[in-house]
Amino acid sequence: MTTTSAAISQPLDTQAGVELMIRLEEVEKVYRTDRIETVALTNVNLAVRTGEFISIMGPSGSGKSTLLNIIGLLDVPSSGKVVINGRTINSYSDRNLSRVRNEEIGFIFQTFHLINDLSVQDNVEIPLLYRRSMTGGERRRLAQEALDRVGLSSRVHHFPSQLSGGQQQRVAIARAIVGKPRVLLADEPTGNLDSQMGDEIMDLLEGLNEQAGTTIIMVTHDPRQAEKTERIHRLFDGRQVN
Amino acid sequence: MLINYLKIAVKVLMRRKFFTFISLFAISFTLVILMIGVSLLDSTFGPGIPETRIDRTLGIFKIEMRCPEEECTWISPGGYKLFNRYFQNLPNIELMSLSTEADLSYSYHQGEKIPSYLKRTDGEFWKIMEFSFVEGGPITTEDERNANFVAVINTATRHKFFGDQQAVGRTIEVDGQRFRVVGVVDNVPYLRQIPFADIWVPISTYKTGLYRDQLMGNFIALIMAPSSADFPAIREEVQARLKQVEFPDPKQWNQISAHAETFFERSSREMTGTPAREASQPLRAMVLIFAAIMLFMLLPTINLININVSRIMERAGEIGVRKSFGASSWTLVGQFVLENVLLTLIGGAIGLILSRFALDAIAKTDFFPYASFQLNYRIFLYGLAMAVFFGLLSGVYPAWRMSRLHPVDALRGAVQGGVR
Repeated sequence: MTTTSAAISQPLDTQAGVELMIRLEEVEKVYRTDRIETVALTNVNLAVRTGEFISIMGPSGSGKSTLLNIIGLLDVPSSGKVVINGRTINSYSDRNLSRVRNEEIGFIFQTFHLINDLSVQDNVEIPLLYRRSMTGGERRRLAQEALDRVGLSSRVHHFPSQLSGGQQQRVAIARAIVGKPRVLLADEPTGNLDSQMGDEIMDLLEGLNEQAGTTIIMVTHDPRQAEKTERIHRLFDGRQVN
Repeated sequence: MLINYLKIAVKVLMRRKFFTFISLFAISFTLVILMIGVSLLDSTFGPGIPETRIDRTLGIFKIEMRCPEEECTWISPGGYKLFNRYFQNLPNIELMSLSTEADLSYSYHQGEKIPSYLKRTDGEFWKIMEFSFVEGGPITTEDERNANFVAVINTATRHKFFGDQQAVGRTIEVDGQRFRVVGVVDNVPYLRQIPFADIWVPISTYKTGLYRDQLMGNFIALIMAPSSADFPAIREEVQARLKQVEFPDPKQWNQISAHAETFFERSSREMTGTPAREASQPLRAMVLIFAAIMLFMLLPTINLININVSRIMERAGEIGVRKSFGASSWTLVGQFVLENVLLTLIGGAIGLILSRFALDAIAKTDFFPYASFQLNYRIFLYGLAMAVFFGLLSGVYPAWRMSRLHPVDALRGAVQGGVR
C-alpha cells in the first residue's frame, strides 16, 4: 500500500479530534468487458479532513478522474469502502446517492458542462431544483448570491455561449457552490483556460476554501496550481505514489 | 422546477425543428384520425338531442325465432303483435313506445322524386325522445289511436317541400299517402339510428292492418325506466314475458329470444356479431374498440419512441450534469416524460384544429346524413386524454432508457465547452 500522507497510514480511529470529510479504504476500480479487464485504480486509500484543499496529480490515464468520480459518487468502486462525512456510501440506492450528491457535493468540470439552452441564472439553479422544499424565489436568491460570489451577477440573463471560457467556469463554480455543499470536486478546473484566467479561478477556489471552509479536491495537470493546495496526491497507473 | 423543465423543453423543440415537425405531424395526424373515430362514436352513442335520456332507456331491437329442430332461425326486429300483446304494462317502467325502423320512401313534388326516410311511431316515442322542435309539436297518442294522417318532418324535408317557409298545417305526400304536417324538428343525424328519419308518421297510418298480426316485423320497442337501476328488473320481466309467447304454428317456429338492451349494447351486439339469443357483450366491443385504437396508435408511437431516443441521447451531457447535481433517475424520467407530454399536447392542439376542419369536411359529404361532428368539450377531453396517453406511451421508454445512463458516461457524451 502506497500512501502520500501520514494521516492515511494511521488507523482512522486514532485521528482523535480531526474530523474527516472523505475516507477511501482500499478502493479498486476495474472496468470489465467481455474480452478485457482494465484496472483503473488499485488499492487507493485517502483521508481528507474537513476544510482541506488537496490536489490530485498524475499523467493522463493514471486514474485521477476515476478517483474523483468515485469520491463524487458518480461511479462506484469495484471493491473498497467510501465514507463521506461519516456515512459509508457503498450500499446506497440511486435515490440516496442523488441526495448525498445534491446536498454534500459540488462539481466543477474542465469543460464546464453548462447547459447551453438555459440562461446563467437557470444553470446555477440546477442543483436547487432537486431540493423539494425550496421555492422559486429562494432558488433565485441563492443563485444570485452564488453569482455575486463569482463576480457574475450582471450576467444572469446571458446564455453560456455569450460568455468567455473564464466566465463560463465562474458560472460552473457558482452552480457548484449554490447548494452550499461541504465538498467541492474540481476536475481540471483551469485546464481549458489561459494562465491568467486559471489564476482567477484558483483564487476563487482558495477563497471558498478559506472563507466558507469548503473541502476541495482538485484534479490538475498544472504543478503551479497544485502547489497552491495543502497536499498533493499523485497517481500513476491507478496507484498512489510518492 | 416545472418552469425550468418547460424552458428547456421549448428550447429543445425549437433547436431540432425537423424532428419537432416530424413528431408533431405524427401526433397530430394520428389524433385527427382518432378524433374522427371518437366523434363518430360520440355522435352515435353519446347523449345528444333527441337521445337525451338514453341513460335510462332500454330497447328491444332484435328478435330471434327458431324452428323446433333448431336448424332454422329468423332474426329481425319484432312484430307489432309481439310487443302489443306480450309487453303491455311492464312493471317498473315510465314509458314504452313502439316505432318502426326508418324505411326509404318516395314523394313526388313539382315533378321531382324526393327520397326520404320514413319512420312510424306512437305518441310515447315523442315523450322518450326529446326532439328539438322548430315548428309545431309531436305526434300524440291521440293521433296514433285515431290514425290521424299527420306527420313531423325535419328541416331538410321542409326545405325540399316548402323552401324555408312554414310547414305546419300544409300537407305532404309520401308513398301515395297524404299527411298534414304538425311539427318540424331539427335534423337528426343518421348515426342516431333509433330516432333518425326525415318524416315521422303514426303507426296506425299503415296502408294495411296486417302488421298488427305479426310476431316478427320491423318494430323497435323502447322502454324508459325511472332510472338505470331498474334495468335488471325490466330485463328479467322481458325474459318472463317472452316465455308466454304463443306461436301460431309451433311446428314451424316454437322458440323466441330477445334482450332488452341499452343502445350501446345494441351496437356492441352488431359489432361482435352476437346472436339475439345471447346477451350482448359490451365489454368485448369496448375491448375491440380499444384494441383497434391501440393498434392504430402503435406505429406512430414506435416512431416517436425512436425519435425520442435519439433526441434524448443527444442530451447525454445534460443528463450527466443533472445527475451530478442530485437528480435521481426517476426525477429525470419525470422531466423527459413531461417534455414529451408537452410535445404531444402541442401536437394535440394542432390535431384538434385539424380535426375540426376534417370533421366539417366529412359532415359536408352525404356519407353520414345530417351528421354534426362538433368538437364539443367532451370530444376535446377525449382528444386531450389521448394526447397525454400518447405522450406517456412514447415518452416513458426513452426517458427510462436515458435515466439508466451512467453519469460518467453521460458526461463523457457531452460536447466540449457546453452541453447540447
